[in-house]
Order: sequence, then structure tokens, then C-alpha cells
Amino acid sequence: MRLNARLLGQTYAFHTVKEVLAKANEEKSGDMLAGIAAASAAERLAAKQVLAEIALEDLRKNPVVPLEDDEVSRIIDADIREEVYQKIKSWTVSELREYILGSNVGPVELRVLGTGLSSEMVAAVTKLMSNLDLMLASNKMENLAHANVTIGQKGCLASRLQPNHPTDSPEGILASVREGLSYGVGDAVIGLNPVEDTLPAAARSLSTLYDFVERWEIPTQICVLAHLTTQMKAICEGSPIHLLFQSLAGTEKGNQAFGIHKGLLDEAFDLGRKLGRAKGPNIMYFETGQGSELSAEAHHGADQLTLEARCYGLARHYQPFLVNTVVGFIGPEYLYDSRQVTRAGLEDHFMGKLTGLPMGVDVCYTNHMRVDQNDIENLATLLTAAGCAYFMGIPMGDDVMLNYQCTSFHDVASLREMFNLHPLPEFEAWLEKHEIMVNGKLTARAGDASLFLK
Amino acid sequence: MQNPYETVALLKERKEEREKIDQVLPDLAKINIQEQLLVPQPADESLYREMMHLTPARIGVWRTGTRPLTRTMLRFRADHALAQDSVLGMVPEEFASAHGLLPIQTQVENKEQYLTRPDLGRKLSLEARETLTKGGTAACQVQVVVADGLSSKAIGANIPDLLPALMQGLAHYGFIIGRPIFVKYGRVACMDEIGEILHPESLVILIGERPGLGTAESLSAYMAYKPHRSMLESERSVISNIHRGGIPPLEAGAHLASLMKQILASKASGVRY
Repeated sequence: MRLNARLLGQTYAFHTVKEVLAKANEEKSGDMLAGIAAASAAERLAAKQVLAEIALEDLRKNPVVPLEDDEVSRIIDADIREEVYQKIKSWTVSELREYILGSNVGPVELRVLGTGLSSEMVAAVTKLMSNLDLMLASNKMENLAHANVTIGQKGCLASRLQPNHPTDSPEGILASVREGLSYGVGDAVIGLNPVEDTLPAAARSLSTLYDFVERWEIPTQICVLAHLTTQMKAICEGSPIHLLFQSLAGTEKGNQAFGIHKGLLDEAFDLGRKLGRAKGPNIMYFETGQGSELSAEAHHGADQLTLEARCYGLARHYQPFLVNTVVGFIGPEYLYDSRQVTRAGLEDHFMGKLTGLPMGVDVCYTNHMRVDQNDIENLATLLTAAGCAYFMGIPMGDDVMLNYQCTSFHDVASLREMFNLHPLPEFEAWLEKHEIMVNGKLTARAGDASLFLK
Repeated sequence: MQNPYETVALLKERKEEREKIDQVLPDLAKINIQEQLLVPQPADESLYREMMHLTPARIGVWRTGTRPLTRTMLRFRADHALAQDSVLGMVPEEFASAHGLLPIQTQVENKEQYLTRPDLGRKLSLEARETLTKGGTAACQVQVVVADGLSSKAIGANIPDLLPALMQGLAHYGFIIGRPIFVKYGRVACMDEIGEILHPESLVILIGERPGLGTAESLSAYMAYKPHRSMLESERSVISNIHRGGIPPLEAGAHLASLMKQILASKASGVRY
């Protein structure tokens, strides 16, 4: 394995695979904050050049956190399909990139390929891809999952209806649910971020959403994104749950900061399959986002992109129904401006898909970033072109509880219209029944929440 | 020749017309969006209106094609503009002296660095350490600190009312109060280093919150008993949402004074309190 490169007459020497991975990353404020980013554009390119020639087996042998120190590393390594890996282990990262982009390689080949890759390999190839590379490759892939409905199919753009409310008021939550449904939003999940993370509050919100969905016979899933342990208590006490949610980090220590570990995730997965109300088999919902490991001082000197790839490797173990990165939520010290957020959104989406996940994106920003609504409309459009499975839908994109902005009900409807995409089939049939949509277009009734006030 | 009275009437009319044109458009940001139902013929208007009062979310906004109406879009942008201006804006240089605050700066040198290097916003510059040693009050019972944080507007909107109310409240309880400090480019944990230099028994820092679209003027107060650099986040007490539409600044001042009294009485803050 060679870790040196010459570029424009200068020699660059790197010491570890982890260092090459970090320095080959596109510019991110989080890697600079961690003190591991390339010091110059030339050094970044030298690192990419070295990375391009590294064999996949060397990446497997050098996870950014050793197997003996980290259960996430062990889960990812154990889930690699050896049969596939044996065929590709001598490929360089450069060859992996060219295989993925080749015109004879389609969704089936890419799905098989993904099963043989470790997260470090997924991250490595991402660092050698341009934005359009990432979009083109993502667009080829199709990863399906099923809970009450099927998600991930080509030709569809689904949406999570996020009806957050500053006090978890049941009627306040339902006000946003009604409004979203009237725009055709809510087919991926109707998922609430609760203010209060307690069993009674979660149980109340779960019943509120479940009863509404049952009453209106809506073909979708519900979820309350409390801490996993709160949801586990709720499901044991008989609360109606379709999807079990948890935020993931790419290291064991990062997950400790989230209050989770493999044993807990295993237990939740079992409980969900036994006691959950969804048909399944996919019943888990995970959120991720570059930078959370550094924020928890659990990054082990690895770059935020590679750690993000490891979140997807961990997610894959639980065959989730939904996974989305929350790409602009963490703040400018990790992703500084629209350029970095755009890049990270395209990277995360690609990496999740290559890992085999039905991948959505919370395209978003906080008010201390150099990003505005125009920037996230741009990114949502790029991701739709890249075949993203779902986006968030929020009234006018303004989350009145989490105090950040993301895609709106209007944005979901607009992207479907521009790209000729449909809601998920069962949900579209339901919209047609209520005369909100005809032939894939919103009707004159759409946008009137009082349709659901009977 | 025209009747002079008619001319006067005509001139008056023209003036009124001109004044109408000169009139400023109504303030977009003052419209109560919970009162503004834009759906033209809703299935149930009265229930829709009732429902809109149950959430601050932007519902009942209607659409043109699949896009928002112009006024809804502009209102959203106006709220975001205020939030951005508040993050990127600066507290005026004369603010500290006008309010009797001892001004110091963290190791951050500019706004961009402030946003990308939270670690530097927790550390004081060499000059700041000297200023504190020379001009600060050592070993008082309550040290008050004001820091810009992520909202310059929160400082201007709340401190002129909050600070006097807080100081009066603390004086009323008979505490020895240190000379209040203003920290430029401060993060919450800059209080720890101030604690190690001046050794106050307790400290309260008033700091601008990251603005949401609802308000850009929200302030938080973090309180600690004997602050020091190895203290845990969970050892700080916090009151957030201080602004006109939340906890009003005058009331917040009185409330914080009583909380400081409790912290001093129990000799602990945060989860230990």
C-alpha cells in the first residue's frame, strides 16, 4: 500500500489510511474544526490521488476505528457478504468508481455490489466522485422497503409529514397533519419530533396520530421520534407504533452519547417486530448527519464523511424502512455554507443508497448558517434528480418546534410536478379517493386542510 | 381664470393623492399569520380559523399552482432576514460602556471564526484575562455577564430592561455583586474561565440564542455555582425564551435574581441543585 504521492513537483507523505481518507474529503468546516482536513487544495488532491490507488481490502483491514475497540466497526465488518467481497477485494477505489458509473452496471449490479462493501470503501469512493457522479450513480440505484406501504421505487417521490408543535398539543399537531395531507404529503411517514421525551407524552402523541390515520384509513406509517427507550416502553404498554426511530452515530462512543448500543437496538428491533402495528418486514427509522461524532467528542480522529458512511453500515444491520440524513441541522462549525451543505447532501444520499438503504434527506438549515431557502430548494431539486426516496414536508418549511427550516408541503408538490413523480401508489389512490389528486396532479381542492375536519 | 377656491381644493386633492403614494406599505412582519386564512373557499371556514389558532405553524396559506402565494413567501423571507441579520450583526461598541459593563473579548477575532470555532468562543484572550484581573471584582457573591452569543438583537432588545431589574433584585437581597462584564464573541462556557479568574461564588451569563423564524430576540440565562473549566453542562441551570413574546425582560430580571438567591442558598446549580 503506497501512501505517498507527487503532485505539481511536490511530494506528499501520508501516514495512515485514516489520514488519507480525511485529507481526501471535500472541504468541510467540521474536518477543519477537528484539525484533520487537508491544509491546501493541492494536499487534498494528493490525498485523493493516493486514495484512488488503495485496494479495497486495505480499506477493510484499516477501519477508522479498530474492530477490537468499537462495536460499530464489528457490526459493519460482520455484515459484509464474503462472496461478493472476495470478487472485488483487489479492486482499487478508482476501479470501484469506474465500475459504479459504467453504463452496463444497473440497479441489480449495484445492489449486489453494496452488500460486499465496508463503510470505509463507500466513503472512499464518494471522495473520488464529483457532484454529478454522485447524482448519476444514485439515480441508478433502487432500494425498496415495506412497512404498511412500499417505498423506494423509481417514479415516486415520498414525503415525511413533520407536524411538530411547541407544546405537543394534540389538536395543534393534527392541524399540521391535515394541512400536509391536503397537499399530498405524508406517504413515507407521519412523524412527530416531540418536545417532551416522556412515556405519557409519547403515548399521547402516538394515539393521536394512530387514531387519525385509522379513522381516515390513510395508507402510511406513524412514528413519534422520542428516544428509543421511551418508544420501547410505549410499545410494551400497548401504544400503537408502526416505526421505531433512533438517531445513529458512526462510532460506539458516539452512540453512547445518544444513549444507545447494539444490545438496545437489537432489543428494540425484536420488540418492534413482535408488538408493532406495521405489516413489515421493515420497521426501523434512522436519522443521521455528518458531524455528530465530533460534536460528541467521539470521532477518533476520523473525518465526518467516513463516520457518516458508518452510520449507514450500522443502519443496514436493522433493515430499516426509512433512513435520512438531516444534512444542515448541525450548524456552521460542521457544514459552513450552502456549498458544503449541498455537497454533504449529495454524498450522504449516495452513500446511503450504495449501502442498500431506502434513502431520504432532510434538506435543511439553521439560521446561523450561510444558507437560505433558495439554497435548499436547489439541493432538493438536485436530490430529486438523483432519485431521492423522500423529503420532509413542513408547513412553509418552518419548523416551529426545532427552530430550523427545511422543505415545505409546497416543495414536495412542486418537485413531483416538475419531475413527473408520484406519491407512493397506495397513498396516491387514497388521495384520489379524496379528490385531492387526479392523474398525478393536485386538484382545486388541494391545500384545504378543512377537508379533514369532519 | 379659475375660481381661487377651486384651485385650493384641487391642490389639496393633489397633495392628498401624493401623500397616499408616499405612504409606507404596511409592515409585513406585523401581520398575525394565525389570523390570516388565505384558502379561498375552504370546506369549513370557521373550523379552519379555529384550527389555525391551535398552532404557530404556517398553515391556511394556500398556493398558486404548487407554489406559495407572494405574501406568504415574502413574510417567510422577512422573518429569515431578521434572523440572519441578528446572527451576523454586532452589538454596538458603545453598548458596554452605556450599560456600565466591563468589555472583554474571547479568542475569536471575527464573526466567521465565531461561527466555525466554538472552542475559541469559550476561551478568553490574553488581553481579556488582564482586563478582568485589573478591572473585575474578585470573589464577589454574584457575577453578572452579558455575551452576544448567536443574536445581537437579543442583547439590544432585552438587556436595557433586564440588567437593571436583575441588579436591583440582587441588591435587594443584599448580595455583594461584581462589576458586570460584556463578552464579545462569547459562548456559554466562557463563564467557566471568568469563574477561574475572578472566583465569584455564583455567576449568571445572559446570552443571545440562535434565532428561529418566530423571534430573533430570544435570550438565555445560564447560571452556575462556582463556575470552573471542568464543570459539566448538566451543572448549569438555564432559563431560555427571554423576549417580549416569551418571558418579558423585566420579569426575567426579577426571576433570575431569586434563582441566584436559591443557588447561593443551596450552594449548587444544574442537576445538583
